[in-house]
Amino acid sequence: MTVSAYLLLASVLFVIGTATVLLRRNSIIVFMGIELMLNAANLAFLAFSRMWGNLDGQLAAFFVMVVAAAEVVVGLAIIVSLFRTRRTVSVDDENLMRH
Amino acid sequence: MTMTDTLIAAGALNVSPAASPAASVMWLVIAVPLASAAVLLLAGRRSDKWGHILGVAAPTVSFLIAAWGLFDLLSRPANDRIQDFDLAWWLTNGIDLDFGLRVDQLSLTFVLLVTFVGTLIHVYSVAYMGHDPDRRRFFAYLNFFVAAMLLLVLANSYLVLFVGWEGVGLASYLLIGFWNQRIEYAVAAKKAFIANRIGDVGLLLAMMIMFSEFGTLRFGDVFAAIAGVASWDPGHATVICTSIGLALLLAACGKSAQFPLQSWLGDAMAGPTPVSALIHAATMVTAGVYLVVRSGPIFEQTPVARLVVLIVGAVTLLFGAIVGCAKDDMKKALAASTMSQIGYMMLAAGLGPVGAIFAIMHLVTHGFFKAGLFLGAGSVMHAMKDQVDMRRFGRLDKFMRLTWLTFMMGWLAILGVPPFAGFFSKDKIIEQAFVPPPDALWQAWVFGAVALLGAGLTAFYMSRLFFMVFHGQARWTDDQHPHESPPLMTGPMIVLAVGSVSLGLILTLAGFDDYLAPALVQAHHGEPVLNAYLIMALTFVLVLAGAGIAWLKFGRASAVVPELPPAADGLVRAARADLYQDEFNHYALVVPGQTLVAVTTKTDDAVVDGAVRGLAWVFQGLGGLLARIQTGFVRSYAAAMLAGAILLMAIVLAVWI
Repeated sequence: MTVSAYLLLASVLFVIGTATVLLRRNSIIVFMGIELMLNAANLAFLAFSRMWGNLDGQLAAFFVMVVAAAEVVVGLAIIVSLFRTRRTVSVDDENLMRH
Repeated sequence: MTMTDTLIAAGALNVSPAASPAASVMWLVIAVPLASAAVLLLAGRRSDKWGHILGVAAPTVSFLIAAWGLFDLLSRPANDRIQDFDLAWWLTNGIDLDFGLRVDQLSLTFVLLVTFVGTLIHVYSVAYMGHDPDRRRFFAYLNFFVAAMLLLVLANSYLVLFVGWEGVGLASYLLIGFWNQRIEYAVAAKKAFIANRIGDVGLLLAMMIMFSEFGTLRFGDVFAAIAGVASWDPGHATVICTSIGLALLLAACGKSAQFPLQSWLGDAMAGPTPVSALIHAATMVTAGVYLVVRSGPIFEQTPVARLVVLIVGAVTLLFGAIVGCAKDDMKKALAASTMSQIGYMMLAAGLGPVGAIFAIMHLVTHGFFKAGLFLGAGSVMHAMKDQVDMRRFGRLDKFMRLTWLTFMMGWLAILGVPPFAGFFSKDKIIEQAFVPPPDALWQAWVFGAVALLGAGLTAFYMSRLFFMVFHGQARWTDDQHPHESPPLMTGPMIVLAVGSVSLGLILTLAGFDDYLAPALVQAHHGEPVLNAYLIMALTFVLVLAGAGIAWLKFGRASAVVPELPPAADGLVRAARADLYQDEFNHYALVVPGQTLVAVTTKTDDAVVDGAVRGLAWVFQGLGGLLARIQTGFVRSYAAAMLAGAILLMAIVLAVWI
């Protein structure tokens, strides 16, 4: 399989993730969209790593996974506490910081 | 000033060897009344019982020292009578600002006038202010005035003179507003103070020019520098001398109530009558004349400024006389007369050294007879329950014989009837006014005619005053019981009346002009354009005419004086309103000033503050617009981020490819 197939898949995943973030209201689902975008990027990293025959891309992918894990912890914690106080997880309702 | 300096100053140790013993203690003349004023003010109510005694004693002591000073001065040779000495000094970066006195013929003349008339008026005030709960405070202010006036005339530099100048202004303010519980009296005090301040600016300007040009303010050094003016660039010399002269004249106008700063004097009559007699007739208001005469060497160098002095004197002379003819308030009529008489002095002072001698002589005789007239007016008010409207007097001669007689002496003196005092001084001024300066014949005719006309008007308004108060029908308000004043009041009036009768003759016989001349610039005598005896005769005819008209209208037994001012033509109405001087000041100065303030306030508000507020408004609006993007709609933020990312990528790709 060529690299372009991997990149095509990564692009499709990224577009799906972007659409999810922009179109869905449930913050859990939005969160999943973000994860999907990150993993699309990871896939692109790995494909390029393989293409160039070095480990830089794989290293970057590990970094992304670590950061994504940390982000999930914080993000889910925020979502849970929002749900506890406001009984909703819709992103459209979270407008406390609005001008 | 160090302690040593203070000691030296107190002990007057550093007096130059030339100063005689009497001159070297002349500082006591100032210090005694000043100390008395301080005691009376600081001791407060505790000194109420004996305050007036101390108040009278202080100027008496001053007078005795001054009399000793006169004998001492006369014992010296005529060309060595100017004694200039320093009592203390302040050296700051080479600028010498010495505190010193000048004892000479001119200053001593003033010292004697101020202390003698001052003492008499202090005595008079003991009785006049007898029922006033604040009599002690009154004496404190009077003593303070005497000290400041003496400092003014004894100073040996313009700086020290200025200290006295401000001091008398303050005393005048305090005493005009002595009964400041009446709002119009307090307003009159403020008016006098402000008019004086305008004049003070002139004196300050003159001092600044002198200091920047000559580096000194001492009379001796300034006059020496001004005498060397011939060696200067002529254009520069003219500008400097003329501007100093005009600035000094402005100062003199403020203090001496000369046109155009004359409007305060009439209102200054709000003060107790002894104040009007001492400050606003005999002494303080003549300080302007003193300043012009003392600065003679400066005016000698500037014909322009001297001509302006003449014009100011002539205008004020007629102004005061015209106003005096229409006033029904006895004190205000006398104030107008004072203004007019000082106009005579100013005119004489502008005529040059010979005129200056007669200016000072008229100042001395005027000090006596005008103080006497004011004390007489006070005595009448005392008898008539503080009534001042002359239309409600009449026939008082039968009830107040002494007041009537002493007032008559003052009246004859101011008319210039020979041999009363005014004849010897005022007639000489009129004669001098007819002396033409080189290449300006018209001046002799113009100013001579004004002086003559002034004599006639003076005769009319003073006779009108005299007849309205003491003769004709009694037009008293109900419940009036006129009575003669106590001896403490009539005593000083008698002394002043004696002076009014004889002082002119005494001064002339004693050679006052020869006595004073060495203190002034060298004089060059000129001949009047008319024969001196013809001028005298003309003056006498005009005086008789003025007095005669007044007698016909107000004096004879059948004369009817309406109790309310009758309707009159424009000139009389204008004169009753002080020739609209207050209206003029209001519309020419106050209204433009207020308009200027209103305009600048508005400009400040609209332009300066407006710019600041406008800037704030712009940024607030921009912020408001930008804040609309912050919808709180999270997905729109995400879309914006996406758009931004795509845009960035597009740019990067466009650059790379």
